[in-house]
Amino acid sequence: MSDLLLLAVLDGLAYAALVFMVAVGLTLIFGVLRLLNVAHGSFYAIGAYTATSLILGLGAAGWSPWLAYPALVLSAVLVGALLGGLLERVLLRRVYAKEEVLTLLVTFAVFMILEDVQRLVWGVQPLFVDTPLRLLGTTQVGEVYYTAYQLMLLPATAVVVLIALRWYLRSTLQGRLIVAVAHDREAAMAMGINAQRVYLTTFVIGATLAALGGAMASPTTSLTPGIGTEMIVLSFAVVATAGLGQVEGAAVTAVLLGLGRSFAVYLYPEMQVLMPYLIMVVVLLFRPQGLFGVAETRKV
Amino acid sequence: MEPRVLVPLVLLAAVAAVPLALPASTLLLTLALAKGLAVLGIVVLLRAGQVSFGHALYFAAGAYVVAFLARAQQGGSAVLLVFAGVMAALLVGLVVGLFVVRYRYIFFGMLNLAFSMVLYSILEKFFFITGGSDGLRVPRPTILGIAMDRFVYENTLFYVTLVLAVLAAWLVHRYFRSPLGEALRALKSNETRLEYVGLSARGVLLVAYVISAGLAGLGGVLLALVQGHVTPELSYWVRSGEFVFIAILGGAASVAGPFVGAIVYELVRAYASAFAADVWQMILGGFLLVIILFASRGLVGLYDDLGKRVAPNRAVTGRRRPT
Repeated sequence: MSDLLLLAVLDGLAYAALVFMVAVGLTLIFGVLRLLNVAHGSFYAIGAYTATSLILGLGAAGWSPWLAYPALVLSAVLVGALLGGLLERVLLRRVYAKEEVLTLLVTFAVFMILEDVQRLVWGVQPLFVDTPLRLLGTTQVGEVYYTAYQLMLLPATAVVVLIALRWYLRSTLQGRLIVAVAHDREAAMAMGINAQRVYLTTFVIGATLAALGGAMASPTTSLTPGIGTEMIVLSFAVVATAGLGQVEGAAVTAVLLGLGRSFAVYLYPEMQVLMPYLIMVVVLLFRPQGLFGVAETRKV
Repeated sequence: MEPRVLVPLVLLAAVAAVPLALPASTLLLTLALAKGLAVLGIVVLLRAGQVSFGHALYFAAGAYVVAFLARAQQGGSAVLLVFAGVMAALLVGLVVGLFVVRYRYIFFGMLNLAFSMVLYSILEKFFFITGGSDGLRVPRPTILGIAMDRFVYENTLFYVTLVLAVLAAWLVHRYFRSPLGEALRALKSNETRLEYVGLSARGVLLVAYVISAGLAGLGGVLLALVQGHVTPELSYWVRSGEFVFIAILGGAASVAGPFVGAIVYELVRAYASAFAADVWQMILGGFLLVIILFASRGLVGLYDDLGKRVAPNRAVTGRRRPT
């Protein structure tokens, strides 16, 4: 029984690491651009597919398999910078002034389009590459064997992302510009901050994080159409539960939801799909603005 | 007669003539109108500036209540089934509504999504009652005591759906013009001021929520009767997203929008999935983008603008803009 619990904890943490990377990008974009980005799920999926193709390509070219790890990061940056940058520059910039519902639906439309793009590029057959998983082997924890990739690399990446993001937002000029615009866009612009550029930077960073989540997830699961959908709904739940725009809160909440989900998998599988939502409902019941959210002051 | 009034009437007559002229499309159109009813529910909430990503909950609740009751009595009376299904949706809407009207924007949307996923899981996991992912077959009920063969049954249901759709649109139109309905717009623009006037924002929203749940339930009920089969997929969040999509496509500013949007959506989907199966999502997504970027008041808004361009004098005679 204790082995089962241990497995559940390990699974939960590995999953939470992935969810965190996607959700923190989402919450960052929301905090600055006031935009709920449904296309975030596409970044996740395309990040995963790109990483898989890249690793397959490396393998076919006969390069060292250890290059798979840089390939994971590289594909995330590629997807984030190219696709994310393009989307912000060409499309989103035109719709910021519109109602919140409409901007959300713009990203929903992009999501639909990108779903078909994935299908056209990578087909519907499941893709699977576990090179990064195999190279690191397995580690014994108590009585159970667990892959070192999921045990150490995934959580470590998530922690690095969290620390780097905190440092970036608090201690660099670029990061502080982002915080300023998130806090009060008009005042920031009056100070001479180029809000449009900040928007672009933020969106690219957010998209890269989502793609990184996808790339890191790719060795642990086989890729089929629809993986982005599941992730986007879950990370929306994380963002709402944590409170909008909360970076550290997203980390805590991701762990909470990840553990809840994996305990459900082992103890009561019927509840697996439901668990994250139940946690969200309970949290919002007692804290309507989310676990770490700040209640907005009412303006007359 | 003014073209403003004439064109919608002609369109309505054209839709009503479909079973005679294009019998093969009757089913498609009935399903589109049923979906339009659910979309009308979304439009009611959009008026208050809120988006629900979980109205499939009420759609499925209505449909499954019909399925259970029809199976229990090997058909039964369609009128009673409709009544029971809508009552169930209203009841669930009231219970869930009491909770969700305390929230706004993403919290409102996500909580609705959560509740619809709860129903989805129940429908899928308790297969010994709900038939699991295979769903349930709905035996054909009698309409006003008359047992009908398939052809007559489908045609009758089409006209019933059409009448109900027109009736619902008219009633919602009246509701929007009533003080309680006007309060929805106030809720959207400034909730605090609404409360200063002495109205409870939650109360105003709750009424709208229950109405929208009832409309979605009615849509689900009709779908179950027409399709003769219900599946858990009816409560999946993708379907809720579809409702919101159609609302924007048709135009959320008028009660005709949901039905125009639903018919266009179903037609595009039917043809796109027949002729371009691989890219039909892409086509729909592109369609939505074009609408939002260039005609954010939807197809009906597009029509209004067209009317104004053709007859600029008539549009500015001091009449209120149709809502």
